[in-house]
Amino acid sequence: MHSTLVIFRRELVSYFATPLAYVFIVIFLVMAGAFAFFLGNFFERGQADLQPFFTFHPWLYLVLIPALAMRLWAEERKSGTIELFLTLPISMGAAVLGKFLAAWAFAGIALILTFPFWITVNFLGHPDNGVILASYIGSFLMAGAFLAIGAALSALTKNQVIAFVVTAAVCFLFTVSGSPIVLGALKGWAPEAALRRVASFSFLTHFNAIVRGVIDLRDAVFFASVIGIFLFANAILVELKKAD
Amino acid sequence: MDEMIEVRHLSKRFGPVTAVDDVSFSVKRGEVLGFLGPNGAGKSTTMKMITGFLAPSGGTAVICGHDIVDDAIAAKRRIGYLPEGAPAYPDMTAAGFLDFIAKIRGFAGAEAKRRIDLAIDRTELARVLDQPIETLSKGFKRRVGLAQALLHDPEVLILDEPTDGLDPNQKHEVRRLIAALAPEKAIIISTHILEEVDAVCTRAIIISAGRVLADGTPGALAARSRHHNAVRLALAIEGIDAAAALRRLPGVETVEEMEDGEGRALMIFPRDGHPIITEIGDLVRTAGWSVAALRVERGRLDDVFRDITLPPA
Repeated sequence: MHSTLVIFRRELVSYFATPLAYVFIVIFLVMAGAFAFFLGNFFERGQADLQPFFTFHPWLYLVLIPALAMRLWAEERKSGTIELFLTLPISMGAAVLGKFLAAWAFAGIALILTFPFWITVNFLGHPDNGVILASYIGSFLMAGAFLAIGAALSALTKNQVIAFVVTAAVCFLFTVSGSPIVLGALKGWAPEAALRRVASFSFLTHFNAIVRGVIDLRDAVFFASVIGIFLFANAILVELKKAD
Repeated sequence: MDEMIEVRHLSKRFGPVTAVDDVSFSVKRGEVLGFLGPNGAGKSTTMKMITGFLAPSGGTAVICGHDIVDDAIAAKRRIGYLPEGAPAYPDMTAAGFLDFIAKIRGFAGAEAKRRIDLAIDRTELARVLDQPIETLSKGFKRRVGLAQALLHDPEVLILDEPTDGLDPNQKHEVRRLIAALAPEKAIIISTHILEEVDAVCTRAIIISAGRVLADGTPGALAARSRHHNAVRLALAIEGIDAAAALRRLPGVETVEEMEDGEGRALMIFPRDGHPIITEIGDLVRTAGWSVAALRVERGRLDDVFRDITLPPA
């Protein structure tokens, strides 16, 4: 546990040591705002809630989270620091967890910095703050799920561009797995039960339920499970690459 | 337990290529083992397996009683490793990096500071402490790597080309440091620099194509050279056919005319490496030759290296 914390601290601080952090946060905030106000017709709707803001989070994350995740392992392997890192007396679990938590915390910081929206909507009307809080938590969990997928995929390659593109593609599949794009490929030959199973993986389905105010524990469990599974895969992939 | 590093039948295959083939050896406390070999021989791969970075295809390494495969974390605690290329996080400062390593190794507060200061002192990093590592010269980067390997005062040091890229003064300092640390530790260094083997190592292993081809003290290895106990004789006066007389000596295998940086001379090779200087000295005196230079040659490691590692012509 102690090692996890040390790694977590080092990684989180290193985000802020380069322009990466600032560029990412600014772009995230600007895009979140642009989506909410222009694409989401925040003002025109006349409703005091943050749905138009949260609705676009999956798409925002789809583009930005792979950028965070791609450097987690691919950069270490490219620069050779992975050799130093993996010969330290730390368990693979601590290593994987420390890096993931730092990336997740950073995404959390970017998310928290959108608080002006929350203040604005409270100023303009009387929103249900419970729903908004739940939506923030749901968004944070979903970000974690995207990150976990990205972290695992980043362990597969030294090339950060490949990591980015593959992560974005896989995250896209997860996001829209309930829609005709994915199901269409399976209809016709897969059994109905399989189709339902694949549709249930959809991030959109689970997230939109949270945003609309339906606080179902199963959605939180879904995202937490995705995180758990992909972190486990991450650990295995790094071990496997050691044998390479 | 005196054997601090035991390498048992280590092998590594990458697909069809066998990079390390059944390598076994051990290192005791106080020994400095030199790993010699051509590029691609498997030196770094062997070190990566000993330190737990690569999983062996076969065999294992035992560090102070801990198996690197089964008891990895305990083994890694005992090891200080300087990887090839001395990688370090480029955006961290040297001070920040050493602080991170100290914390990971379980030190905190005053104890961490004491150890970091000692490591900085030994590797002379004081000048560059606050610079980002990516801005440091190659020599300083290597010293940062060395500092992190020494921080926790490990019983085992595994250094992959520790003086690579250092200027002659820095090389000398690092070798002095290794010699000073040697009595309490077991050290493996890999190097291409044969004079380093003489300067620092108590034992040397020559690896080629993944196999151990020779294992002995630098002196014993050098003695395998045909130059061992050979005599270089330069006469002051041209024209004397000394070679014929020399060839008749019982201990002399052959005599060759040669020219090197010091001029022309005769190289007299002994039979079986036995000393012949006394016979030659006697012959010179009785024949009354004027000698310009007379020297007993020591076996050359690079000859032995070449003989062992190159396929027979």
